[in-house]
Amino acid sequence: MKYLILIYTNPEARRLWERLPEAEQAAGLRAYAALNEDLVASGEMIVSESLADSSLARQVTVRDGQATTTDGPFAEVKEQLAGFYLVECDSIERATEIAARVPEAEAGVVEVRPVRTFSGLDM
Amino acid sequence: MTAPTEIGSLLRELAPQVAGRLVRRYGDFDNCEDAVQEALLSAAQQWPVDGVPDNPRGWLITVAARRLIEMMRSDAARRRRELTAALLEPPDGDAAAEDDTLTLLLLCCHPALTPPSQVALTLRAVGGLTTAEIARAYLVPEATIGQRISRAKQRIKASGAEFRLPPPAQRSQRIAAVLQVLYLIFNEGYTATSGPALLRVELTAEAIRLTRQLHALLPDDGEVAGLLALMLLTDARRPERTRPDGALIPLAEQDRTRWDKRAVDEGTTLIARTLAVGPVGPYQLQAAIAAVHAEAPSAEDTDWPQILGLFDLLNILAPGPMVTLNRIVAVAMVHGAQEGLRQLAATEDDAALTGHHRVNAVRGHLLEMVGDREAARAAYLIAARRTLSVPEQRYLEARAAALRPSPISG
Repeated sequence: MKYLILIYTNPEARRLWERLPEAEQAAGLRAYAALNEDLVASGEMIVSESLADSSLARQVTVRDGQATTTDGPFAEVKEQLAGFYLVECDSIERATEIAARVPEAEAGVVEVRPVRTFSGLDM
Repeated sequence: MTAPTEIGSLLRELAPQVAGRLVRRYGDFDNCEDAVQEALLSAAQQWPVDGVPDNPRGWLITVAARRLIEMMRSDAARRRRELTAALLEPPDGDAAAEDDTLTLLLLCCHPALTPPSQVALTLRAVGGLTTAEIARAYLVPEATIGQRISRAKQRIKASGAEFRLPPPAQRSQRIAAVLQVLYLIFNEGYTATSGPALLRVELTAEAIRLTRQLHALLPDDGEVAGLLALMLLTDARRPERTRPDGALIPLAEQDRTRWDKRAVDEGTTLIARTLAVGPVGPYQLQAAIAAVHAEAPSAEDTDWPQILGLFDLLNILAPGPMVTLNRIVAVAMVHGAQEGLRQLAATEDDAALTGHHRVNAVRGHLLEMVGDREAARAAYLIAARRTLSVPEQRYLEARAAALRPSPISG
């Protein structure tokens, strides 16, 4: 089963992070590195990326065949997507365990979403 | 000239024999398996051009042994002196080739490994598939599968497992693990309906081939025979399982004349013969249920009391959430939908079923049977929202849409 682990952050969590002593920031980054290494070693990692600041985001809408784009940032959005992991593992319990190791889980929110598939069991 | 597909099947058939021979001779499962993989790749490139050698197995063993020696040399220069003439001599003899395949299968499904690792390693070492083929079949990056395989081999090494048949006391438990892996491979192939079929190895065919091989090695094992029969009977329905647009066709609506008759016959004969011998096990019971469905000329003619009896046994031998639900469907067919709904309500405390979309799908089905259209529609819609499968979602939404109150009927 594939699961997408979405890492959300908010301005408050970012401020917290910026106020952290350098040693603790380094520890956070090491935690990410260790998590990545473990997932690669276990064969569960499919892809993981950290996203650039949401001020660089573009929203695209198509209405009546006309595409419109709007630039970020979107101040009204409190929780913003900061990065993600796409993993393949046995169960949602295991995916949740991985999500709990994401350092952001302590300040922001980490969400686990099962990936929909094009397969179906017999009715 | 031999067609590449024929060469492909020949290579897959020989893969476990070559790997078994090498590991028996040199130990070091990890490097032997890599060496065999490279020999298979060389053969896949050279044979279509140069023709298949007179002794294909001997060719593969020689090339793999040579490769292994090169690997050992580059691996550790200090070990170079230890390479004796005996090592340079390719292993020979036909003795114990069958045992080797079984031993290899048991090693690949070692209990120290996680199921995805067991699957990947089995498909490569026993199935003779390349890492790239396995990755395509599972729609994951090749590096992920490669990592799973090398990790699995490290674990086997760390567990101290040896290349020999486990003692008889452990054997049935270890074979059960192999059956579970083969069942997983089959299911993945059976449920995956998307993707460019030509590029993907047929996992169902691969699972059936490996199970057939295991059945030939262990003809008296009822559960091995049961699993093979189950796969054959399930796979027989494939031509009628989906509509051309990919939509699912439920069992009750399938045109049974389009089921693969040869597979049905083989599966039915196999399970009838196996059940007569005993002892019965979960795979045999599931195969027997599939056989009862296959024997009915149409859904209306299904012998539901017999299916219910088989589910009752399965519920004792191998209880699980899917057995519970499918048994309830059989209960409804025998004792009526009200009784089915009553038993479904009684499963509400079952943690394994909480929030599962299948509960709502079954509830919708039973409510439809008793004529409560509005409640049935609501249940189907919940199930549609919760399923992880796109075709299943479409199917459930279609069931719900069919129950929408129409302005004409009032």
